[in-house]
Amino acid sequence: MSYFEASARTRILGLVDAGTFQEFCPPEMRQTSPHLARLDAPLSFDDGVAVGRARLSGHRILIAAQEGRFNGGSVGEVHGAKIRGLLDRAMTERPSAVLLLIDSGGVRLHEANAGLIAISEIMRALLRIQAAGIPAFALVGGASGAFGGMGIVTRLCNEVIMSEQGRLSLSGPEVIETVKGVEEFDSKDRALVWRVTGGKLRRAQGEATRLVEDSIPAFRAAAKELMESHFLHPLAEKSLHDLLEDQERLSERSIEFSDARDGQAVWDARLSDSSRVPEIDCEEFNRRLLAK
Amino acid sequence: MSSHDHLASSRAERLKRAAGISSNRLVATEHAVQLLEAVIEPGDRVCIEGNNQKQADFLARCIAQTDPSRVRGLHLVQSVLALPEHIDLIERGQVERIDFSFSGPQAGRLARLVENKKITIGAIHTYLELFARYFVDLTPRIALIAAQAADREGNLYTGPNTEDTPAIVEATAFKGGIVIAQVNEIVDRLPRVDIPADWVNFFIKAPTPHYIEPLFTRDPALISEIQVLMGMIAIKGLYAEYGIKRLNHGIGFDTAAIELLLPTYAAELGLRGKICTHWALNPHPTLIPAIESGFVKSVHCFGSEVGMERYTSARPDIFFVGADGSMRSNRAFSQAAGHYACDLFIGSTLQIDLDGNSSTATLDRIAGFGGAPNMGADARGRRHASPAWLRAGREAQHGAGMPRGKKLVVQIVETFREHMQPTFVERLDAWELSRTANMELPPVMIYGDDLTHVITEEGIANLLLCRSPDEREQAIRGVAGYTPVGMARDARMVENLRDRGIIRRAEDLGIRKRDATRDLLAARSIKDLVRISGGLYDPPAQFRNW
Amino acid sequence: MEKFTLTLKSVPAESLRTALCGVVSSGNLEVLVEHHGVEDACEIEVSTSAHGFRDIWEAVLNDFAREHKAGGLRLSINDAGATPAVVSLRLSQAFEIAGAP
Repeated sequence: MSYFEASARTRILGLVDAGTFQEFCPPEMRQTSPHLARLDAPLSFDDGVAVGRARLSGHRILIAAQEGRFNGGSVGEVHGAKIRGLLDRAMTERPSAVLLLIDSGGVRLHEANAGLIAISEIMRALLRIQAAGIPAFALVGGASGAFGGMGIVTRLCNEVIMSEQGRLSLSGPEVIETVKGVEEFDSKDRALVWRVTGGKLRRAQGEATRLVEDSIPAFRAAAKELMESHFLHPLAEKSLHDLLEDQERLSERSIEFSDARDGQAVWDARLSDSSRVPEIDCEEFNRRLLAK
Repeated sequence: MSSHDHLASSRAERLKRAAGISSNRLVATEHAVQLLEAVIEPGDRVCIEGNNQKQADFLARCIAQTDPSRVRGLHLVQSVLALPEHIDLIERGQVERIDFSFSGPQAGRLARLVENKKITIGAIHTYLELFARYFVDLTPRIALIAAQAADREGNLYTGPNTEDTPAIVEATAFKGGIVIAQVNEIVDRLPRVDIPADWVNFFIKAPTPHYIEPLFTRDPALISEIQVLMGMIAIKGLYAEYGIKRLNHGIGFDTAAIELLLPTYAAELGLRGKICTHWALNPHPTLIPAIESGFVKSVHCFGSEVGMERYTSARPDIFFVGADGSMRSNRAFSQAAGHYACDLFIGSTLQIDLDGNSSTATLDRIAGFGGAPNMGADARGRRHASPAWLRAGREAQHGAGMPRGKKLVVQIVETFREHMQPTFVERLDAWELSRTANMELPPVMIYGDDLTHVITEEGIANLLLCRSPDEREQAIRGVAGYTPVGMARDARMVENLRDRGIIRRAEDLGIRKRDATRDLLAARSIKDLVRISGGLYDPPAQFRNW
Repeated sequence: MEKFTLTLKSVPAESLRTALCGVVSSGNLEVLVEHHGVEDACEIEVSTSAHGFRDIWEAVLNDFAREHKAGGLRLSINDAGATPAVVSLRLSQAFEIAGAP
């Protein structure tokens, strides 16, 4: 079953052990957006995100899934509070991992400041659980990708599992084109958009830690494997030295690719064979990445 | 003394005027406008090649730059008025009359020109009808055509997008006309000769390759569950029922859904080899899974499709491929094939009235027809039998009279289009358009008396089995769902039609609506199509998400 | 948003649980299925962004209540301009999910 096409709820049900998902703030509680209501815009009973607890391969997890088709998965006040509340709950429930199924263009424009605040609260809560030794995984493979504030949230996670169809960036292609002009970035050139923001580029850069095929079982298998590896090797707090090293690596990367105008340049540098990269499957891609 | 070679001497004079521009057939790109001014005379019938696929766009730009005091009073006789330059030429006052088939993107501008009496429309034709008139009373004096390549002598290679070129050139070259070709490149040796050099008077290398619109690419990601449901109804209730082997599809998402259901749903029903084996169809990317799974035996194409070149070349058992290894298309032949050799045409439309007439015309646009009416009409000249054709004939005649067959002409539509526009209406907008645009006929795409079945999400109406105009009307209302036309049905009569199998709902066909999911589609994305093609399909950038 | 509530006679439902079906996106809708008190009636609450189609909604919902055992159910709909075909399909799907054991 395609992860890309599935709804948020279908993704959760396909990822976790059968019958284990218990939803917090379920739709019948009608925790809908007061801002959308004031603007007379359509509401959704879950405000575009489902959160709850479940088991993955027997391990206790907390999980949130954004519905990318409701207002582009955007984060409004209620939507954001549900994710942030889930992360807070992790501090008391101490799950083996928190899974964030991200499918979002970022802040919900209708809710402006409330949405911005919600995202910053999510970031803070996310850092707090990681400091407490609970790993967070971002799963990115939906139509809305992971953009804006949710792009940052994704990068704060310990692991980022992406499919080729998933996209990860800060400003969306349309935003860049609007602000900087079509010469800078042609958002209609979909092949270019994916070469610059898609899963294969992000994996080559190391921002995604796993690249999987577009199927719910493939995402589940990757999440399970990563969870078990974190279980065996729990998170240790990073020393200042480690952080400085990370910073150094990022600086080097920004210099290395400062002239790159296309994801192809990254593939050329990171893969043993960078021909026909968009056409190859994940197995072949991962093999070429390892071979370098 | 009367002369018998007026056309030939006129051509000789025109060629003499052009002698200073080119000593052989090759004309420098920068002299194209000058050439046109030299050979075109006031009042000429001119064909600027183009249809909904390839366009002689460079020559269209050139003719729109000619001196209006020299190039004037033209009569355009061409498939489409789709480029802004076509309309520019009219706005510059250089055209008096137009005969065409389709105006697509320029439909709004054209409607305004007609309203302001800037132009007279002779008629809006179907493709085959216009080609036919090229050989009777609308023969072009000047044909501006597009080819992929020319050699030094002026032989032309049109590649997979041969399309209208042979019909236009044949009419022009053999009736004293002048043929001018724009080519993408000039080479020493062509892969094959599609148009021989002695039918071509001039050729010019265009500064950019001719434009081709990828009009037949439907992204499977955009096919809805409702379209899947209608596809299932079509396959089980119609294709299987009549055993339809030879057919033509429209270009909508509904028929794309059917194509993608063949290797899955139709195969499960045991229909491989029993339906959909021979096609008159452009190389639709959504047909790839059916071809790869062995459903399809043969496809003849009107034109090609951007990105399908390598795939069609690699499947010469299916497509018509030259010795050079590339496909050849031919719109006139494929239209004839669609008319005479296919048992079924199925397509979509914007409006259907209670008599079953359908139209894609809306009030402020003169869009025209293209090829659908040639295929969506009974072929009265057909004399060979097939089981599907004979059965439709029997149903139409109720067993009385001289036995003859009938083509199945099907409209597949959702009861509402986007923004809750009802597809079923009491009166077509075409009536109002014909009044405001001074047309002799309302522009009807498929006439009600040719229409045999209507498929909607509510089921199939078999109009062949209706015994009276009243029954026909109720059969249409019966599948019109919650549109005003549908809600005004006579419920008792509709139930009676259902009992007699004239209306069949999904459940009557044993189709569960909840089974109609996108999971049934053999491909759910463009990427799937590329994978299934073994990497041979190369989709245009706007259809990729990788 | 146009909002209205209908209470329609329907045969009592056999089994049911809370269920949510569909997504609020352009041309689509979500349906929330819950219990409510009256056994032989179905209460349907509609909130739609497409104004002026109440008669069509009523026709679609009447047919649903007649063709399904929906008594005792409350259906709450958030609609973003779905066509009647999509509405009918979602209602059937939601009903099926809610009825599944």
